[in-house]
Amino acid sequence: MLRMVPLPRFAGEETGACCFPPPCSEAKRGRGTTRRVVEGARRSALGYLGDEPMSRTQGAGRAAAVAVFLAAVFVAIPWAIASTGRTDLYYTLSSVALLAIASGGVWLTFYIGRINIGQGAWALAGGYASAVLVATYGWSFWLSLPAAGLICAFASVLVGLPILRLRGVYFSMVTLVLTEVARLTALALPITNGARGITSIPTPGPIRLFGLTIVPAFDSLAEPNRAFYFLSAAMMTLCFAGLWRLVHSRLGQLFAALRQNEDLASSMGVNVPLLRVVAYAISSFLGGVGGAIFVAIAQSIYPSSFTINDSVNFMLNCFLGGLGFVFGPMLGTLVLYFGWDLLFQTGPYQLLIYSGSMILLMLVLPNGILSLLNLRRRAP
Amino acid sequence: MEQVIANGLYLGAQYALIALGLTLIFALMNVLNFAHGQMYVLGGFVVYQVYGLMKLPFVVALVAAAATLAVLGALLERFLFRTVIRRSEREESTMLLAAGIAYFLDAAILLMFGEKQRGVHKIVSGVFVWDNLILPWDRILVAGLAVLFIVAFILMMQYTKPGRAMRAMAQDRTAAQLMGVPVQFYGLVGFALGAMLAGLVGGLLVTITGVNSGIGGPISIKAFMMVMIGGAGVTGGAIAGGFILGMLESVGLTVLHAYGDLTYLAIFVAMMIFLAIRPNGLMGKPWG
Repeated sequence: MLRMVPLPRFAGEETGACCFPPPCSEAKRGRGTTRRVVEGARRSALGYLGDEPMSRTQGAGRAAAVAVFLAAVFVAIPWAIASTGRTDLYYTLSSVALLAIASGGVWLTFYIGRINIGQGAWALAGGYASAVLVATYGWSFWLSLPAAGLICAFASVLVGLPILRLRGVYFSMVTLVLTEVARLTALALPITNGARGITSIPTPGPIRLFGLTIVPAFDSLAEPNRAFYFLSAAMMTLCFAGLWRLVHSRLGQLFAALRQNEDLASSMGVNVPLLRVVAYAISSFLGGVGGAIFVAIAQSIYPSSFTINDSVNFMLNCFLGGLGFVFGPMLGTLVLYFGWDLLFQTGPYQLLIYSGSMILLMLVLPNGILSLLNLRRRAP
Repeated sequence: MEQVIANGLYLGAQYALIALGLTLIFALMNVLNFAHGQMYVLGGFVVYQVYGLMKLPFVVALVAAAATLAVLGALLERFLFRTVIRRSEREESTMLLAAGIAYFLDAAILLMFGEKQRGVHKIVSGVFVWDNLILPWDRILVAGLAVLFIVAFILMMQYTKPGRAMRAMAQDRTAAQLMGVPVQFYGLVGFALGAMLAGLVGGLLVTITGVNSGIGGPISIKAFMMVMIGGAGVTGGAIAGGFILGMLESVGLTVLHAYGDLTYLAIFVAMMIFLAIRPNGLMGKPWG
């Protein structure tokens, strides 16, 4: 009889912080030399922060990088769009931002050592949750957004408790099936209106605090897409800042310990089942939030809004950007989305060229685009 | 009732053969072959080309499909998977590669054969009737051929030298290498064999259900499910998973036919509950 081969663990952690994006885990191929794993798990279990103290120049460099990023996203891009008149780019970039949020969730499950191909299910669930709350129950979009995330997080705890016991390929395959389950459930439930979906969902209303209008109603704006862009970009910044903070916290160290060796972490007194459900819930929360905003932009949702293809793409975004980098999913989403859009002119050859270049990229840069940073660092 | 069981067995034989190829590649290479369904579709189209359009005998077409896929599988392993496995820091990177290949094959098949549903003439005509059991002869023939291939595969794995080598590799790659098994070569052989099995099923089923360029993805998902039910990397598990899924579909579509998609929803949910109880499937070993 054939027997399965266990997937080798994939990380010996290297800690150390320098440039932006921070190398939260430079996974090295070495099959986890025991000493290093023990060391990593011990530190994690005791709650030490693994990071070396940051030098002043590194801190300044990181602050500068963050400033450049914020300026680019919130000033340069809107200015460039306004001056060139390509307002359609607002929609495209909002989509990138939202898909990046969902991919960030997938990245977190990668971070605890699980390959998650089921984020489409949570994006769909979050979208439906928001759509039903807004369209059927008349909630404000701004309330439905966190509600959608929380509903997804809660549901993912229920689903995650059994399926997170699965490891390796089993987990990935079951999450893949989960996407299909979500689609079929959306088709079958009465509240989701079956294949016809939910359409003409109202746009987000105003936010008023003490009589002051902080955010105006989106339909009163001349250019709602611009507002959606700012909303999506702000959410993306927020989510990734949170993700970065999380990874560099004690909890993040514990997550890294899970990836390295669950049994060892468990023997050190780490509550493994709880932590992996927490990670999965955060991941699904991000998926739900991304899906909910997406639905607000599209003003409609159907069971086929997020399919297995989307789930696979969320995973690919993480791979492409580089699994060792918090900001990998962001870059990966941008490159994949724009790559796909740019190839639209090639007509029938679009998918052929797209997948062909994906294979090539895999051959040349199997550790993601951001792994180029490591090359640069090692070179001198 | 007999009809339902007969349909289930017929489906199960096909499914088991698909799952065998997937589980073989997984056991030897630790690669989850996302492109398995696309390989199935390609096999179907080769038979359509050779048997349907060029009017050559069906056996020739089936051999052509098997050969095409075996060569394709060998090339993919030699030039893509082997390189990426060597260079990558994480084993999971092969999943991206496999997904890329799945998209690539999808696009290539669409360009070469178009998006139309294609079928071929029946290989044998007539219907087998016994009591209230009705089965067309070609289905019986196809199911018989599938069982024949499964038996041949098992015999090969059990009693030939390459089979023994591959079993050793699946158990422990390093140990097999130390015992003098040329693991790279057998990785190539295993990948070719797995792809060939996918092509063979595609070639068999094109005579009954036909084939179109869009069904690759759904076939892959079904194959994943069978492998999960039975246990990844285990021959017996793949066969059991194939027959179980075939039977569930056959029964489900009869009992729940009024509700359509509910059958698959029920199967999925049942499978997730089953996996919660037995995380490694029927015969899988726990992860180390």
